[in-house]
Amino acid sequence: MKELLILSGKGGTGKTTIASAFIKLSQAKAFADCDVDAPNLHLVINPSTTPKTFDYYGMDKGYINLDKCNSCGLCYQHCAFDAIKPYGDTYKIDYYSCEGCGVCEKICPTGAVSLKQYVAGELMLYRDDNIFSTAQLKMGNGTSGLLVSEVKKQMKSAISQDLDLAIIDGSPGIGCPVIASISGVDMVLIVAEPSISGISDMKRIISTARKFHTKTAVCVNKYDTNLHKTEEIKDICRDLTIPYLGGIPFDKSVVEIINNGKSIVDIHCAAGVAAEKIFQETIKTLNM
Amino acid sequence: MKIAVLSGKGGTGKTFVSVNLATVASKAAYIDCDVEEPNGHLFFKPNNMNTKEVSVKIPLVNRKLCDGCQECVKFCKFNALAYVQKNLIFFHDTCHSCGGCILFCPNKALSEKERVIGKIEKGRSDNVTVITGILNTGEVSGTPIIGQILKDECINEDLVIIDCPPGSDCIAMESIKDVDYCVLVAEPTIFGLHNLKMVYELVKLFNKPFGVVINKALENNNLIEGFCITNKINILTKIPFDKKLGRLNSQGLIVSKEMSDYQNLFLKLLHSITKEATI
Repeated sequence: MKELLILSGKGGTGKTTIASAFIKLSQAKAFADCDVDAPNLHLVINPSTTPKTFDYYGMDKGYINLDKCNSCGLCYQHCAFDAIKPYGDTYKIDYYSCEGCGVCEKICPTGAVSLKQYVAGELMLYRDDNIFSTAQLKMGNGTSGLLVSEVKKQMKSAISQDLDLAIIDGSPGIGCPVIASISGVDMVLIVAEPSISGISDMKRIISTARKFHTKTAVCVNKYDTNLHKTEEIKDICRDLTIPYLGGIPFDKSVVEIINNGKSIVDIHCAAGVAAEKIFQETIKTLNM
Repeated sequence: MKIAVLSGKGGTGKTFVSVNLATVASKAAYIDCDVEEPNGHLFFKPNNMNTKEVSVKIPLVNRKLCDGCQECVKFCKFNALAYVQKNLIFFHDTCHSCGGCILFCPNKALSEKERVIGKIEKGRSDNVTVITGILNTGEVSGTPIIGQILKDECINEDLVIIDCPPGSDCIAMESIKDVDYCVLVAEPTIFGLHNLKMVYELVKLFNKPFGVVINKALENNNLIEGFCITNKINILTKIPFDKKLGRLNSQGLIVSKEMSDYQNLFLKLLHSITKEATI
């Protein structure tokens, strides 16, 4: 099975719009939403079943038993994350700052500090004709990279037959969740935007994908909103020898289609027609 | 006063709103905390640049002192250390710089070493001090850069506008911890609404005063307004969907410098925010 990951660097360029169109076009039997911080794919996939849900445990979090605490302050002095704050005569651990390293537990002379399991999010697996793996990180939590790996693992372990293709919707940025999503995929398709910000962000995500030696290609969304910048993107692709797979025009009907919970290939529109061409190019590149 | 501009979803116009708010103020600092994809500087094109590297602390192994007890390997919750063929190996990708391995090594075989993960650039553009955090590509976490910016860089300014990263995770949280007011930028799509609900939870959790800016507003589309009215959320302003605005923005121009309508819109917005934040 080949895994195709959709990324963009910049947010809001159309990752989920493209991913949902590709899922429909390929009739993919397995797909995942790795944007665990702000997942949206389920809104346009409309799975017919209710998902199986699983608690996601991130790192453990420190907890102080005030009955045992002698207020020595060693934990407070040694916490690298400023997660331990004075609290009356004693100390308190801020769950949102704690990264679960365990220094406080080990350094405490009275055994007052312990690490406890902490539910940092929820994994969801939809299973009808298709397998759809997604998750939601709890507000204000870290360890999103770990959850991204879990989402991919959940998808793969649910697949029982031989499949050709799995499609993965990624998250914006270049950091931890993005790097976790790149690991192990066969190709990254970058959805770029023809703007000064879009180009800067595209260069950074290309450079990130290249560090992991992953096959990368580029398409441009709303290419006709700035033809000059679209040409610039093509030039960059040529210079970096990255395949440019095509552009999708700005299409007023897209917002309406998405807001009705549909993908852009469900209804005949200019954006959908262009997406189909890019899809065919993507499959060619993926199998090259 | 510190104002954070955030949104769950990317690409709703955080940078657009932040850059224009800072531009219409008589004097302001603009801080780009979207360290993975910082873009504000592309609009301000600041000069008199000052660059500072940001590093984190990692362990350095002194092989002469290491006796292979593996206390550090057992301690590290992030699996950043392994003992293979009588050698202690360190993986910087997973290290969180907690310092535990150094602290607890019985032979003092580990010491602190700095590792550069990115930089902070500071420059000026007319009335705006432009501060940008930049994470090196391939690096996992920009949180230490944001922490350092907020600690060192926003002390001497009356008005600080913080352009936050998308999402509602640890890094977004780090950016809003100490602010006086949060501006939530949302676009009227089902994605925009879904992600607005998430940042709404985040600002409530942190007990911050906040209001919503609807960007790319369309006629006959009340997705975001409906949610705001139901939850009694203040709508600060609506910025219409405007192709001209998109074009200027895509070229890296600041619209409130180019078009007086938008200068007025952002002046009014800044005024309402300042009023709300000081109540």
